[in-house]
Amino acid sequence: MSDVAMTKPGHGTPSGLRRRLSRFYRASQALRGLTLASPALFVVVTLLAMPIALLVLYSFWTQNYVDIDTNLTTANYEKIASRTIYLKVFLRSVGISGLVTLLTVLLAYPLAYYVAFDVKRRKVIWLILITLPFWTSYLLRVFAWKIILGYDGVINSGLAWLGVIREPLEFLLYNPTAVIITLAHAWAAFAILPIYVSLEKIDRSYLEAATDLGDGPVARFWRITFPLSLPGVIAASIVIFIPTVGDYVTPTLVGGPSGLMIANLIQTQFSKANDWPLGAALAVASMVTVTLIACAFVLIAKKLTERIG
Amino acid sequence: MSVTTFEKAGRRWRGGYAFFYLGFLYVPVLFLPLFSLNDSIYIALPLKDLTFKWYATLWTNEQMHAALGNSLKVAVTAAVLSTALAMFAARAFTRYSFRGQRPVLGLVMLPMVMPEIIVGVSLLVLFSQVGIGLGLHSVAVGHTLICLPFAVAVLMSRLEGFDKSLEEASQDLGETGWMTFWRVTFPLVMPGIVASLLLTFTISFDEFIIAFFLSSTEGTLPVFIWSQLRFPNKLPGTLALGALILLSSFFVVALAEWVRRRGSGIGGQTPL
Repeated sequence: MSDVAMTKPGHGTPSGLRRRLSRFYRASQALRGLTLASPALFVVVTLLAMPIALLVLYSFWTQNYVDIDTNLTTANYEKIASRTIYLKVFLRSVGISGLVTLLTVLLAYPLAYYVAFDVKRRKVIWLILITLPFWTSYLLRVFAWKIILGYDGVINSGLAWLGVIREPLEFLLYNPTAVIITLAHAWAAFAILPIYVSLEKIDRSYLEAATDLGDGPVARFWRITFPLSLPGVIAASIVIFIPTVGDYVTPTLVGGPSGLMIANLIQTQFSKANDWPLGAALAVASMVTVTLIACAFVLIAKKLTERIG
Repeated sequence: MSVTTFEKAGRRWRGGYAFFYLGFLYVPVLFLPLFSLNDSIYIALPLKDLTFKWYATLWTNEQMHAALGNSLKVAVTAAVLSTALAMFAARAFTRYSFRGQRPVLGLVMLPMVMPEIIVGVSLLVLFSQVGIGLGLHSVAVGHTLICLPFAVAVLMSRLEGFDKSLEEASQDLGETGWMTFWRVTFPLVMPGIVASLLLTFTISFDEFIIAFFLSSTEGTLPVFIWSQLRFPNKLPGTLALGALILLSSFFVVALAEWVRRRGSGIGGQTPL
């Protein structure tokens, strides 16, 4: 802390000493910074980087009942590539997550816009109201949709009570649509908040300038507000897409056989099927898929931002 | 003139939409307390009668009490550990500039964007390979890892507006490094620390997948709830539990907001 004062050279300091002092200052900054960051770094390396490296190694092993064969082989990946069920579930997971991301961001944008531009006071109240449901149990929020969409659920029993239907509607639950609705509800705040933050940051004088120069509200939105909110939209999309591809709870509770996703396959290998190496290979394959899609998405978004900007 | 009516219509449309969207967010959640008061084990409309008996069953449910105790232990451990680690890291990232700062920050924030199933499975493989058994300790370790980026984010936003000259003034006036930290830095950062503790506690308390993979016989509360969802006759009691969790999270959020507002008076502006 006193090193700040040390770099301020006195009047008579020779330049060589000054240079040495500033080099020492920079080196000590790096040293102090790294020392302070090192406990957290150590935790992330030992509990995330190392386990994932181990998971990758595991995926090249094979398992026969209880014995693990540590000879390296690509058998697990060949199995994943050769059986269409795995490919189908992978594509379904990516498709469901993609739709959830699109739907959630589209639904969230007008609300974020409303809070950022139309609400003058009480913004905090709105933000608390938006985030409050997300502080309840995730499991029970997902389960709530089973209560709504189920065979004896709120919709069916409500409609039957009103006399609209005689037989319960069966197409509501246990399909990909139920998974999409539930996830769009469960992850809404993760879309609203980043978009709100990027909209709130926009310098309002740009909008006034655009109005002064003759832009109408529609042109102003497309030429200024929307491009400047893109970073929030991108952040929201990534924050929703990556975790939802690997979600386990929602497909298990409301998905049914046609709505199962990657996490269900992985979990089965680690519990019932007891084939950890195959489960590890599935986990690695999904991690690579998700990373590639997220990277592609960021690149496309960057290109888009450059073109508009 | 036509522009202003157009804008007014837009504002009215968005206002209506915002209320409708809030309804979409709240209605499913509010079904939990509603059906927890229903005097029937079938969750269906219309409600049969109002009753508090499901809440009474929670009072004597020892399995649930054990799970709650486990959750509290794990969440307190994860909150304290992740906030302590994040305090040093956040200070390193905001106070010093060094080569490799961005990659190091990126690595520390990585658990935030990793699918939890990958974190859970890879830690399971690690623990089994190293020969450490599963239990509450492995759940706490996993939760500390996923809470860390959130704690770093909260504390960095608090430290970013931090006025360095306050610390320099303290040193110029003759305080030692530790006393400066204790008497100047710490009180200024305190609201951030409390916010981080509350946030990480809540994240750990609600986390399911990692606890599901890394707990053995002693499950946390979400693991207990998961086991109850399969039994229809346990559902009303589970809904009552859900309603209580809803109520206590209202309380925690209100508390966090109160701390944040009290804290925003010193140390400059806070966002929102």
